Amino acid sequence: MSDLIPQMTQQFFNGLSLGAIYALIAIGYTMVYGIIGMINFAHGEIYMIGAYVGLVTLTAVGTQSGMPVYLIVAVMLVVAMAVTGAYGFTVERVAYRPLRGSPRLVALISAIGMSIFLQNWVALGQGARDMAVPNILSGAVQFHMGTDFDVMVPYSRIMIIVVTVVLMIALSLFIKYSRMGRASRACSQDMHMANLLGIDTNKVISFTFVLGAMLAAVGGVLIALTIGKLNPFIGFIVGIKAFTAAVLGGIGSIPGAMLGGALLGLVETFAAAYISSQYKDIVAFLLLVLILLFRPTGLLGKPEVEKV
Amino acid sequence: MANNLRNAFIAAILTGVIVTPVFGLQLVRQGARTLMDPHWSNVLIAMAVVFVGQLLRPWLAIPFRRLKSGLPTLPAAPSQGNKWLVLLIIAAAVIWPFFGSRSSVDIATLVLIYVMLGLGLNIVVGFAGLLDLGFVGFYAVGAYTYALLYHWGGWGFWEALPFAGAMAALFGFVLGFPVLRLRGDYLAIVTLGFGEIIRLLLINLNWLTGGPDGISGIPKPSVFGIPMARSSGTEGVRTFHEITGLTFQSQHVVLWLYLMALLLALITLFVSTRLKRMPVGRAWEALREDEIACRSLGLNPTRIKLSAFTLGAMFAGFGGAFFAARQGLVNPESFTFIESALILAIVVLGGMGSQVGVILAAILLTVLPELARGFAEYRMLMFGLVMVLMMMWRPQGLLPMKRPHVELQTK
Repeated sequence: MSDLIPQMTQQFFNGLSLGAIYALIAIGYTMVYGIIGMINFAHGEIYMIGAYVGLVTLTAVGTQSGMPVYLIVAVMLVVAMAVTGAYGFTVERVAYRPLRGSPRLVALISAIGMSIFLQNWVALGQGARDMAVPNILSGAVQFHMGTDFDVMVPYSRIMIIVVTVVLMIALSLFIKYSRMGRASRACSQDMHMANLLGIDTNKVISFTFVLGAMLAAVGGVLIALTIGKLNPFIGFIVGIKAFTAAVLGGIGSIPGAMLGGALLGLVETFAAAYISSQYKDIVAFLLLVLILLFRPTGLLGKPEVEKV
Repeated sequence: MANNLRNAFIAAILTGVIVTPVFGLQLVRQGARTLMDPHWSNVLIAMAVVFVGQLLRPWLAIPFRRLKSGLPTLPAAPSQGNKWLVLLIIAAAVIWPFFGSRSSVDIATLVLIYVMLGLGLNIVVGFAGLLDLGFVGFYAVGAYTYALLYHWGGWGFWEALPFAGAMAALFGFVLGFPVLRLRGDYLAIVTLGFGEIIRLLLINLNWLTGGPDGISGIPKPSVFGIPMARSSGTEGVRTFHEITGLTFQSQHVVLWLYLMALLLALITLFVSTRLKRMPVGRAWEALREDEIACRSLGLNPTRIKLSAFTLGAMFAGFGGAFFAARQGLVNPESFTFIESALILAIVVLGGMGSQVGVILAAILLTVLPELARGFAEYRMLMFGLVMVLMMMWRPQGLLPMKRPHVELQTK
């Protein structure tokens, strides 16, 4: 009994850091869905590519180079964001733009094709086996809560939470105040009208994909550093879960994606800790099904009216 | 021209950025350390190809535009003369394996399983327009129903087959009931979730399903109760070759499996063709085209969708039971999302709603990878690429069905 509260605190930190990753990826889903109404199925793969680019950068810089750790992480993040930005741009240009205006099914199938393609693209280039990521952020903050069980929060998890919070604030400000942010909000309300008012909608859509890809890359790099291994197929299940987070929060809503990510991470971690770790994926999927059944608009979403 | 050159240049730079971290700087594991092995030639080749490709794009696009409208579409209703053609094809399909090699008959059996699955999913995706990404879940239910009935009850294939179909249909009904109110792409994701849940349950319910190892030793279909095997497992039961006086050859088992697969595939084809012309089939197609119009005409969308979902799942169940019998073992590995994507690709490639197209696509997508065994690692890469390219150039599929329709005269 006495250990319950420290243990739950521990799980809370684990869940929150996992949720932060989901939130970073969910924003990409939610923004794309908000603007062009499609599920970018290949988004999970972008996250995986971000993790790989991070590892390549880390290997190129070298762990023994004497650079301070935070600088190495910063370089990894910047390079990964740049490269996945290029991926996001290209994927949209190649696989989605030619299909704009066609039925939803067509775009979704193209996205599934793209997802399979990217998985195997990386598997072909970097090998399909697990890759080890050197642990450059070892150590943990330990705090004592008056019982035998000490709460240990690894630095890498603290970094996930800090980086995510900083990025979320930056993103919110950007969407709220910048020219591009205003344009993208206008597009998500009414694409056609925005176009008539002189907004270059193609540019806004490209921008959305690039921004979403960059955030997913941050998630990929951070989780690779925390978990310490990666393979080309990690993107699929995380992508589905991040989509669940986006739906949970209300698809199309950016604060919703943040909230949904955090909630899903917590639910999953607590389910793994107190129910069974084998069933944590099932819990996540069941959550998705239940939300769609009882509150299809999500926690913060607006109801969608179908016009005839 | 200058503009064209600029675009080509930008595309080449982007390609460089994209290719470098994947193919340019390949990671190599050496013991516990990760090293890097640069291959700049890959990057340069890719950049050059994209640069030239972009420059020549206006000319390269011409054949693809032809592809978009050039291939034929199928007539809506087959005319009377086609009957003989169909009979001829069926006769050929029955006769050729007696002269074919063992491996080709084996592959043909696999093709027929995919034909069955493709036709089943075609009901859901092609006729009713519901995107189901968890179809493999029902396939798994069918396979495991037979496997479990055999394992715990000692049932044979033919007794288990109806139960496999019924079980899968029950799953389809129970899972479909709550989710079919959802709109298109939500439905896709939820069905995907269900497919994954079924697979995860199969892995984790160790006591029932044998966990990741699955269940093995599943017997092949018998010939009217007579086992088709080298020696019968039970005392006093004579095997097929002992009764007929033939010498046992494993070729015969392969042949028998092929014929049964053919039978099941033909039944699936026949039933789905008939269903399509029944009121429920008409309702599926009407619903796919316009749900709101359907509802205002007094059709109950949930009931119609549910019937498509349940029937599709039932065929997946039959396919699954047959798959279990052919393989002799089932494990959760066989029922991943990729399998769902493959069946979906068969339906899409064939032309949604077109049965001939689906059969053709099942043959293409099963035989081509077998022929290209040497390129196994490129297989899935090409598969993904083909899905994207098909959607761009021919979203209606290879052999789409021309539907009876009336066009408004515009002045």
